[in-house]
Amino acid sequence: MSAELFSVFYQFADVFAFLILSAAGLAIVFGMMGVINMAHGEFIMCGAYVTVGLVNLGVPLPIAQILAALTAGIIGMIVEYLVVRRFYKRPLDSLLATWGLSLIVTQSMLLIVGSAVRGIGTPEGSFAIGGYTFSTYRLVLFGCAVAVLAGLYIIFMKTRFGVIARATMQNAAMAKALGARTGRIYSISFGIGTALAGLCGALYAPTMTLIPTMGATFVVESFVTVVIGGANVLLGTAPAAVFLAMIRMALNASYGQIIGQIGMLFAVILIIRVLPEGLSSVLVRRGR
Amino acid sequence: MYSGRLVGMALLGAMLGTAAIGAAQAAEPPLKVGLLEDVSGDLAFMGMPKLHGSQLAVEEINKSGGILGRQIELIHLDPQGDNARYQEFGRRLLNRDKVDVLIGGITSASREALRPIVDRTTTPYFYTNQYEGGVCDASMISMGAVPEQQFSTLIPWMVQKFGKKVYVIAADYNFGQISAEWNRKIMKDLGGEVVGEEFIPLGVSQFAQTIQNIQKAKPDWLLTINVGAAQDSFFEQAAAANLNLPMGSSIKIMLGFEHKRFKPPALNNMHATANWFEEIDTPEANDFKKRWHAKFPDELYINDMGYNAYNALYMYKALVEKAKSTKLEDMRKVIATGDACIDAPEGKVCIDPKSQHTSHRMRLISVGPKHEVTVEKDYGTIQPYWLGEIGCDLTKKNDKDQYTPSHLPSKS
Repeated sequence: MSAELFSVFYQFADVFAFLILSAAGLAIVFGMMGVINMAHGEFIMCGAYVTVGLVNLGVPLPIAQILAALTAGIIGMIVEYLVVRRFYKRPLDSLLATWGLSLIVTQSMLLIVGSAVRGIGTPEGSFAIGGYTFSTYRLVLFGCAVAVLAGLYIIFMKTRFGVIARATMQNAAMAKALGARTGRIYSISFGIGTALAGLCGALYAPTMTLIPTMGATFVVESFVTVVIGGANVLLGTAPAAVFLAMIRMALNASYGQIIGQIGMLFAVILIIRVLPEGLSSVLVRRGR
Repeated sequence: MYSGRLVGMALLGAMLGTAAIGAAQAAEPPLKVGLLEDVSGDLAFMGMPKLHGSQLAVEEINKSGGILGRQIELIHLDPQGDNARYQEFGRRLLNRDKVDVLIGGITSASREALRPIVDRTTTPYFYTNQYEGGVCDASMISMGAVPEQQFSTLIPWMVQKFGKKVYVIAADYNFGQISAEWNRKIMKDLGGEVVGEEFIPLGVSQFAQTIQNIQKAKPDWLLTINVGAAQDSFFEQAAAANLNLPMGSSIKIMLGFEHKRFKPPALNNMHATANWFEEIDTPEANDFKKRWHAKFPDELYINDMGYNAYNALYMYKALVEKAKSTKLEDMRKVIATGDACIDAPEGKVCIDPKSQHTSHRMRLISVGPKHEVTVEKDYGTIQPYWLGEIGCDLTKKNDKDQYTPSHLPSKS
């Protein structure tokens, strides 16, 4: 019995981690900054490739993963400076620009690195409960997802930078008038967003096949989570992930992956229909 | 009036005569080979060797004088794994470029998207993958292995060695569904039990729930017919969760070279039946591998798709030269004699007149903990007999249909 219970928790934790890690970066870039970043998946891919490249050079996995996230963050800030900055007032154009970027990056990776890269293998470690065996690394992923949520909360709710950043996103002109360097705030926020995308790729790199289009497997889930999370990103993304993870886990377990995927997307449609402002609108209203 | 027409016809005849002589004297125009292979997108890692195999064969044939003295012009388009693009590019090659032969397609979905378009023309079409079998279509010549060569060998061997309970993980499209149907039929004949079947949408990469479903069902072995880079993540995740079950497949190792792409021991205890895998160690195979790697030094693995794509051009050459024509109907007359054979790196392979599928020398291979490949059993040459047995006979009737164990030709 306890094995069954743990199995349910494990499956929930697994889907939850996938949703949070793939959505966290987008929650900032799309949810807060309003940039429809179609290249989100490519920042994830960047994190994965840098991780594998560094591990093959002999760097220990955890350090490689941190460096990969930083690399994605720095590339993100460069992209923000060169491209995204010009589109803050034109969200639909930013969609086109970042989509173009995404196509250029995947094709260039295919031409430069090739169509498949040899994986590095998941860190050893599995444990058995009842008749089931579990991979320890999947629980590490869950831990990382919780840590990412906590980190975001602290950065954006408890620090001076967070207050200024939120003020900038709400009313850039007013924030600027009060002395905030909004250009830098945008740049750093975008960098944090892409660094989190890179972290997602870095964390999942050992468990997946690396191909240039791998980001695509994350993109739908990440957009869906952010969208139903709603306007208040920090309060919305976590409950959105909990909610979607429960639905998907239950359907996966009883009816298989196809129904799990259909059911999750169906739930998303329902929520957007009933709560156009997303889940956070309910939570914030209750909070007041 | 009458004499005028006569003079006109005589003039026309004279002109045609000189035109024909002129064409014979000038260099023959090249034979156009249309090739549709994915070299970008989710299946690029499999499609790249197919393009390379075709390029190698074209280069070799052109160097040794071409086909009937005509050089080959290879026109490759990249449909990027998109079935709509397969149709668009297929029409372009057939109708605008007027290719003499069409080759290609990776997934069975792309093949079925192309086939109705090819059927409206008189152009021959070569499908170069192993697949779920059953296509009875006079326009199509299949170069890869089919279930009676792959499943009818592999599944009884797995049942005998590991046990009667199997769990199936299959990609959710026609290839996975029909392959799973084959497995059900063969397992039933053997008195075995399918304890679970899971169909996975293409692009899914997370398998924690699947792994637990498998452990709950307690199978003796797994049939893994998952497709594409995303779904291949199953192997890494199953190894990390210490699932540790024997696995069998009709597409792993020789086709997807997972043992080269994943860190050992993720593919340990995988079994497959194949007509080609790079580890084949015969003089003909080694010579072929040497030529390939000389032209493409960075190739990670010469997979069976690439190998079959290479053979397809030599088979086309053999058919055209025996028929002394590039017309499909003339080529099919050669096939009908049962004498459409080539000496391939695996050995001699021939096209079966009834089904237009290819005979293959099949070997059962297994992967060890260090991802070393060993040959467990050599079945010799196996004919693609199933379609002929159920009543497909392309020498008599063109069905243009795909049959499965549950969809057989109606008895007329």
